This record gives sequence, structure tokens and C-alpha cells, in this order.
Amino acid sequence: MNFGFSEEQDTIRETLARMLGDHATLEVAHNRLDSGEGFDTATWSALAEGGWLGLAMSEEEGGSGMGAVELAILAEEIGRCLAAVPCIPVLCMAVPALQSAGTDDQRKSLLPGIAEGRTIIATALAEGGGLAPDTVSAKVTQDRLSGQKTPVTFGAEATHALVAATDEEGTPRLYLADLSASGVTTRALDPVDRTRPAAEIVFDNTPVELLPGSDPAAIKRLLDGAAVLAAFEQIGLAERVLALTTAYAGERHAFGRPIGGFQAVKHRLADMFARIELARSNAFFGAWALASGDNQLPEAAAVARLTALDAVQFATEESIQLHGGIGFTWAADPQLFLRRGWQLKAELGPTAMWRERLLGHLADAPRTAS
Amino acid sequence: MDFSDSPEEAAFRAKAREWLDANATLRDGSEKAQDHFMARDADEVARARDWQARKAEAGWAGLTWPRAFGGRDATPIEQVIWNQEEGRYAVPPNAFLIGIGLVGPTVMIHGTEDQKTAVLPRALTGEDIWCQLFSEPAAGSDLAGIRTRARRDGGDWVISGQKVWTSGAHYSSHGILLARTDPSVPKHKGMTMFLVDMSDPAIETRPIRQISGGASFNEVFIDDLRVPDSARLGGESEGWKVALTTLMNERFSISVGRASGGARAEELIDLAARVERNGRPAIEDGEVRARVADFIARQRGLEFTSYRVMTSLSRGEAPGEEGSIGKLLLGKLRQEMGAFGMELAGTAAGVSAAAGDDTARWRNEYLTAPGNRIAGGSDEIQRTIIGERILGLPPEIRVDKNVPFSEL
Ligand SMILES: Cc1cc2nc3c(=O)[nH]c(=O)nc-3n(C[C@H](O)[C@H](O)[C@H](O)COP(=O)(O)OP(=O)(O)OC[C@H]3O[C@@H](n4cnc5c(N)ncnc54)[C@H](O)[C@@H]3O)c2cc1C
Repeated sequence: MNFGFSEEQDTIRETLARMLGDHATLEVAHNRLDSGEGFDTATWSALAEGGWLGLAMSEEEGGSGMGAVELAILAEEIGRCLAAVPCIPVLCMAVPALQSAGTDDQRKSLLPGIAEGRTIIATALAEGGGLAPDTVSAKVTQDRLSGQKTPVTFGAEATHALVAATDEEGTPRLYLADLSASGVTTRALDPVDRTRPAAEIVFDNTPVELLPGSDPAAIKRLLDGAAVLAAFEQIGLAERVLALTTAYAGERHAFGRPIGGFQAVKHRLADMFARIELARSNAFFGAWALASGDNQLPEAAAVARLTALDAVQFATEESIQLHGGIGFTWAADPQLFLRRGWQLKAELGPTAMWRERLLGHLADAPRTAS
Repeated sequence: MDFSDSPEEAAFRAKAREWLDANATLRDGSEKAQDHFMARDADEVARARDWQARKAEAGWAGLTWPRAFGGRDATPIEQVIWNQEEGRYAVPPNAFLIGIGLVGPTVMIHGTEDQKTAVLPRALTGEDIWCQLFSEPAAGSDLAGIRTRARRDGGDWVISGQKVWTSGAHYSSHGILLARTDPSVPKHKGMTMFLVDMSDPAIETRPIRQISGGASFNEVFIDDLRVPDSARLGGESEGWKVALTTLMNERFSISVGRASGGARAEELIDLAARVERNGRPAIEDGEVRARVADFIARQRGLEFTSYRVMTSLSRGEAPGEEGSIGKLLLGKLRQEMGAFGMELAGTAAGVSAAAGDDTARWRNEYLTAPGNRIAGGSDEIQRTIIGERILGLPPEIRVDKNVPFSEL
């Protein structure tokens, strides 16, 4: 057992952190929130130039042949700097879906564009209240898709979408839609975090292509993988908000002392830390299960997601609290993290769904003596 | 003990309802999410003023104030009854909470007869709107750390400094201002309270935007504001004592005022009946039922706690530290309810347009609730008050209490 990163992986993290630190500063995040500007194309291009978007593609696919653990590092660093980029939908969902369920032609025509940052594939699994494969009412008949998908993260910015819809037998599958094709209407929504845009996409007899390897089980696996990688983005976010709140507690004085000297404040920060570390341990387990293709992935994904959701919500809410009046202002940092945290929570299904998935999986699995 | 209205209270309620029916319309759920206390724009201020004036004229403003000051001499329980009844109607926000709930009671106790005459009737009718100029950039929880200076100049005072987080300052006509008058003594001893006119050009107000998007609080810059000695409220160097009266009334007003307004836990039942969770109506989900039931139980507890406080007030006791209980529990309850409401909407939680107004409403609740946990003494400060002043635990070690302010 080895619950840590290798030296090369640490180097990757440092390089990424430096690069992202130059582009995606909190000042940038504030400006974007003020202006309502979503997709941070500058950071995405910089990631493309550095070869990071093809990280988990093979060399013949146009990438650098790394795996899920390196992708997790990327997600974590993106979370840490709140970069407004579609790491989860494009790199953690669309790419693995194409790799595992797509055709050679689909891979050849799309993966290089993704690696170069030209092609943005949004993943449209949600329909209002629920997620595929459990909730799907969009339908495909004779390679034409009709239905409504919402919310679709980066839906208005994407060139393509990977859409969950039922086939002619009523089975949920994944289809690839070119968003410039006929019958596509996209309407931007008003997300909690305006810097992580979301849209409603209505398809009306839109031509689509099936990913032949996609079936309900594949969709679930895709969601599990995305949940693990999103947990890293959430952990990066939570660690950053903890760091800046700890720094603030060291500087801010009340009653003649730094507020961090008061146990009420110190203990709250310690609780944040403990919850984040718990989430990190689960996320490591998830990254391993994902990278190794272990059959514990559903369990690993659910526990990673549940603890990451908890850590983010606690850390962001209490960050505001420990900042006092300034924490409640638009211009202060904590709200950036609070909003992003909710957006990440909204995207991959609610807490209740992941609780059910965890228990459902464990109740179905044969029990081993421990 | 009796949780139902006495015959007098029932009569009061019927009268209140009769007047409200004739003068306002019942809420029907279509109202925009609105802050309970703060007006958002000039139009809302005007409507709030108009409503207050009508209430005052009919004898429904400042209910618990003595008749001598334009009040109704009503019991605190009658105030609760009024709040319950008024809460059922679509009325403008109560922008007069600070004037009537905080400044009025402080002036009644510490003011001169002239001050009472000048302040109280106009606060009651809504002609004057008051704000509370206490907190500063370096003094919030530790309010006694304020640096705004007031210096004597002949018979006048000249005040300079900066206040912050001042709710409603941008539309207030007057402010109650705490200033340091003697830095040579320990921090709690050298302060004095003043009543100031916000239209004075020496005062500049700049709104600050909050995480909810609105801007209901402000930075206030005071640059050589000259006021006569008659603007002093209470004795020179007795500002802390005066401030404590205001703060006690503030905790109390927040917990009582809010317990009868704002989003209600019962609304989550309606929401849960309309949305799905794990493929079933959410209202059938065990966790949803448990959470909503707990919210309702906590909310009821807060309401009844405020009524108990009202009862002790009716017996002539001053508002005590019990106000801290409601103040402590309310913000967290609102925050949890807001989060839960957003969560109930599932993947749409982040995106209001997808789920209609439900999500927007709970999102707004969630994004305003953090202010409740900070304003009027943070959760942490309320816990210290409960621990030290109610439970009698040893006080925190204080390094700054006996040192002259100028040497801190
Ligand atoms: C919405 C809103 C409206 C407001 N309206 C007004 C107004 O109208 N007029 C006015 O004068 N002020 C107003 N305030 C200011 C409010 O009273 C202060 O924000 C509050 O007292 C906290 O002070 P601070 O912001 O300086 O935070 P700080 O005092 O710096 O506190 C930061 C954190 O440290 C904690 N902390 C501080 N001391 C201790 C301790 N000894 N032990 C444990 N924890 C501690 C606090 O609980 C908080 O979590 C408002 C604030 C808000 C959010």
C-alpha cells in the first residue's frame, strides 16, 4: 500500500501550481464574478500549450500518456486557484468516455482538438432534478436526438456535448452531438457561481452519434470517475480557503490578540483541517481505484464525494464566519469559494444520491470479513 | 403558563387583524424575496416610510413604547401578536428596527428630556430613520477598541474617524455613534455616545456590496463633524454603559423580530412535495422528513424562547442575556435551511433558472444567513456571553482590559 504521490507526481504538481498561479489568481476570479464572465479561455489555452489537456491521453491520441492520478493533481490545482475551466466535464468525463466507449474515428477526430484546447465537449447527463442513468427522458430515434438537458456545465461555451439519452430500446446511452448542428438551442442559466457557467440545451431532432460502448453501467463508471476527480478539485478549493482563513486568523486582532489565539477560532480551523484530510484520504483511495480499474471504484467514489462535499461546505461557510463582517462582503475571498463549492456540488448530483449509491453498492456487494 | 391568547390578547389580535385587512394585502407567496429589515432602494424606503406612518397614525407603531412617546403601552406579548399578524401580509421591510428597537430604548434610558422629545416621536412615525454607527474596521467583536475620536472644542464636540458595516446608513437620517473621548484611560472607560445627523456634509457614506449581491451596509467616513454637547447621549466617558443598553436591545430585536418573519421551515414541506429525491417524491424520503422535522422543532423552540423572553419583559424585567440564545441559534438555522432548500432542488441547486423560483428563494436565504451569524455580536461572542454571564463560567483572560487605550 502506498498512500502518497511519487516524486515525478510532486514535480508535476509544482509545475502546474506555478503555471496556474500566474494565470488564475483570486483577483482574476473576483473580476470574473463581477463581470459575469465565465470560461477562462486564457488559462485553458495556457493549459493546452503546456500539454496538460492531453495529460491522460496516449501519445498516439495526441497526449502524454499519464493517468488518473496525474489528472487528479491537475483537478486539485485547478480547484485551489478557482480557475474557471471545464476540467471535470471535458478532461474527466468526455475524454474517458471517448477512450472507453467511443469508436476509433471518434477518438481520432476529437481527442487532438481537446488536447489543443479547440474542442470543448460538455457532458449533458442532468435533466433538472436528476442524473443519468437514473433520470433520462431525452430520446434518440434513428440517430436523431430530442430532449432537454439542464444544467449543462459550460454548455454554452462547448463545441460538442456528450448527451445521455435513451436508445430505441429505452436503454440510457451516451451520444455525441455537434452543438453547431441543427435543432440545438442553448440558453445560459444563472448559476450560483457565475464564473462556472451552465446552460440549458434543448435538442430537437439533432443528428447525433452513439458511443457504442456506452450503457448504463458505463455511465455509472463515468460518474464514479468524475466524482473522484471532482473530489480533488473540491479538496484543492477547501485547502486554499483553509489556508487563507488561517492566515487571516493570524493577522486579525481583537481583544488585544490575534483571533486565531481564541480556542473557538483555533478549534474551528482544526475541524476544517481534519475534515479536509479525511476527504483527501478517501480521494486517494478513489484515485487508486480509478487508476487501477479496481472494482471498489463505486464505493471509493461515493466516500470521496461525500467527505469532499462535507469538507467544502464546512470550510467555506466557516471561512465566512471567521472573517467576521468582511467575510460577508462581495469583495472578500471567501464567497468565491462558497459559490464554486456549490457549483461543484450541483454538477454531479446531490449528496442524497451518493449516499444511496454507496449503500446500494455495499448492500449488493458480497460482504468480506474484515 | 398558557400558550393560547387570553381574552384581552384575542381581542388585540382581532383588532390588529381587522386593521391589517383594511390596510394591507395577505402574502400569496408570489412576493419577491425581500430582506426583513433592510430596504433595497429609494422606492422601498418610501414605501416603508409610508407604511410606518400609517401604522403610527393608527397606533400600531412602537407598540411597547409608553404612550407619552407615541407608543401604545402594549405588553411585549402584544408586540409578538402584532408581529405574527403583520408577518402574514405583504408589507414593506421594517427599516425602522434600529430606530424603534435599539435607539428608542437607549434614548428612553439615557437621554435628556429634550433628546426624548426630539428623537422618539419622529423615530416612531418613520420620519427619521436611524442607523447604528458602532463597528469600525479594527473594532467589531471587540467594540471597545473603537478609534473614532471626539474632541471637545469650546462647547462643541468635533468627531473624526471611520465606521463600517453600518446597516442602512445610506438611507438613514440619523445615527447613534460611539466615539473615543479619552484615550488615556482603559478602553472601556474612555468612550462617549452621540446622536448625529447623517445629512451633515462631514459624513460620507459608501455602500458595501454583500455576498448576496445587495448593498445594505456601508462604510461611513466622518471628517471633523461638529456637534453641540446636547448631541451627547449619556454622560461623558459613559459610552460603554450606553452601548450595552443598545446591544442588549439589538440581540433581543434580532431574535424576536426574525423569529416571526423570514423563510419558514414549513415551506420546505411544500418544496419537498414538489421535487423528487432518488426517484421518489422527496417528501417520502426518510432523510428529508427527518431534516425538515428537526428544522421545524428548532424554529418552534426559537419562537417560544422569544415568547418566554417577552413574558419576563411583561413582568417588568429588563431584556437580559436570554436574547443571546435566539441570536446564537437563528443564523445557523437559517443557513442550514437555506442549504437544505438548495440541495432539495438536486442537480439544479446551483442554477436558479432551471428550477424556477424555489431555488432562488433558498439561495437568497443561504447567502444572507451568514450575516445573521456575524451581525449584532457573532455566534462566538454570543457563546461567550452565555458561558460567562448566564452559566457563570470564569471569564476569558483579557490582556487589554486595564491598560490605557493609548498604550495598546
Ligand atoms: C449584515 C451585517 C450588518 C451589520 N450591521 C451593523 C450596524 O448596523 N452597525 C454596526 O455598528 N455594526 C454592524 N455590523 C457589524 C457587526 O457587529 C460586526 O461585524 C461583528 O460584531 C463582528 O465584528 P468584525 O466584523 O470586526 O469581526 P471580528 O471581530 O474581527 O471577528 C472575526 C471572527 O473572530 C471571532 N472572534 C472575535 N473575537 C473572539 C473571541 N474573543 N473569541 C472567539 N471568537 C472571536 C468572531 O466571532 C468572528 O468569527 C454588521 C455586520 C453584518 C455582517
